[in-house]
Amino acid sequence: MAKENNTQEKVSSKEEAKKKEMILFLSNSEEKEHFLSKQNRKLLSDPLNDDNPITVQVLGICSALAITVQLEPAIVMSIAVMAVMAFSNMIVSMIRNLIPSRIRIIVQLVIVAALVILVDQILKAYAYDVSKQLSVFVGLIITNCIVMGRLEAFALGNGVYKSLLDGIGNAAGYGFILIVVAFFRELLGSGKLFGYEVLGHKGVTVAESSGLYALGYENNGLMLLSPMALIIVGIIIWIQRSRNRKLIEEA
Amino acid sequence: MDKNSNAYTFIFAIIMVVVVAAILAFTSTSLQEKQNANVRQEKKQNILYTVGVDSVMVDGEKQELTRPLAEANFDKYIKKMVALNKDGAVAEDVDAFKIDLAKELKKPIEEQVFPLYEAEVQGETYYIIPIRGKGLWGAIWGYISLKNDVNTVKGVIFDHKSETPGLGAEITKAWFEERFSDERIFDSSGNLVGVSVVKGYGGGNDKEDNAVNAISGATVTGDGVSDMIEERLSHYLPYFKKQENFKVAVK
Repeated sequence: MAKENNTQEKVSSKEEAKKKEMILFLSNSEEKEHFLSKQNRKLLSDPLNDDNPITVQVLGICSALAITVQLEPAIVMSIAVMAVMAFSNMIVSMIRNLIPSRIRIIVQLVIVAALVILVDQILKAYAYDVSKQLSVFVGLIITNCIVMGRLEAFALGNGVYKSLLDGIGNAAGYGFILIVVAFFRELLGSGKLFGYEVLGHKGVTVAESSGLYALGYENNGLMLLSPMALIIVGIIIWIQRSRNRKLIEEA
Repeated sequence: MDKNSNAYTFIFAIIMVVVVAAILAFTSTSLQEKQNANVRQEKKQNILYTVGVDSVMVDGEKQELTRPLAEANFDKYIKKMVALNKDGAVAEDVDAFKIDLAKELKKPIEEQVFPLYEAEVQGETYYIIPIRGKGLWGAIWGYISLKNDVNTVKGVIFDHKSETPGLGAEITKAWFEERFSDERIFDSSGNLVGVSVVKGYGGGNDKEDNAVNAISGATVTGDGVSDMIEERLSHYLPYFKKQENFKVAVK
């Protein structure tokens, strides 16, 4: 009799702990872990390297094509994606135990869309110039596969803090590729970096030009077109996989 | 409650939608005024830019024309704002500043009103005409200012909704806009032709040929710029012809 009571108590205390966990949105295991433990650091660093969202998970290619003609929009876009991903991962992870699984995709979509609209509205009011520069791309964050992909794959099954790190890490991995691609496209396509003419000034004729252009150098107009972004991403994937052979899938 | 039951799913969805809608509605209404102020100030700033006012004196110091400064100094330079009908008569009951070209363009030509601003800067009179047309992906718009011979362009400013960064979006850059200054809008036989954006332009600094050099990779946007200048200016001809004190070079 006494034994039975004991087990019942154990069960109820377990349930209580679980309830508490749901209310506080924290899992016990997380509380004990140091907040920058090796495992958590891996959440941040993996997407930059062996688990990169673009080159390994192959997510978010669409926006990598569209906004990598120049460095500046690429950087602003990366920051905006990072903000949206960090918050959406956090919010979804907070309510992950409440979301009915049948409508979870819709719930995620609503949360991401609401966040994007919030970002857009705040930018329009307080950072008007930035918002004008990003124009349609802010809205396009909603359709960025990385956001939904990470919500499905990570935030739904992990704690709040870990999800936050995962969001920031994946956005950083995405931003890193974006910036590398934009660097080469702006440099080779228009001979500029951040709008500055680093390769010299291109005049109408060779005689009027300075720097490399005076030697007869020409910009590669192909770099300005979207297909070149794919080719550069392809080259990055090639370099990454030749350095790290375990990423190569078996044919 | 069973999280997979229909009732739970419905209740969750309803609560979520209401909460999200409330947050978005609140942000939108509370930021609306600030966003509208940004748009209004930017319009005034753009209008002043086209007549060469890019800095103002504040307390004896030269300061760059920021958006708030543009608002404060707008009335100092803009002496007259009128709305015109298609036949060149002044529509007295229309507030020219509040005309939304995006809405006007959807109406038939006969019902449209055409705003015209008259500016006075250092004793010179300029006429500023808002323009709007289509780029590659969406609307492009801007302002063009004419010197008092109603033929020579003083300055232009362009903006766009969603042209490609690095390509079509470059029309907003100063180096492109500068190409338009001192260009003529009438050809040598007195016909209104506007200023064309020409690919592979070989005219150098010729200001009398009604053409400027295009941006490589932005052909459609450039054509849109040519079209909107010619289309919009043509509606002001009846008004200019009526003005006897104008030295208009029209037949």
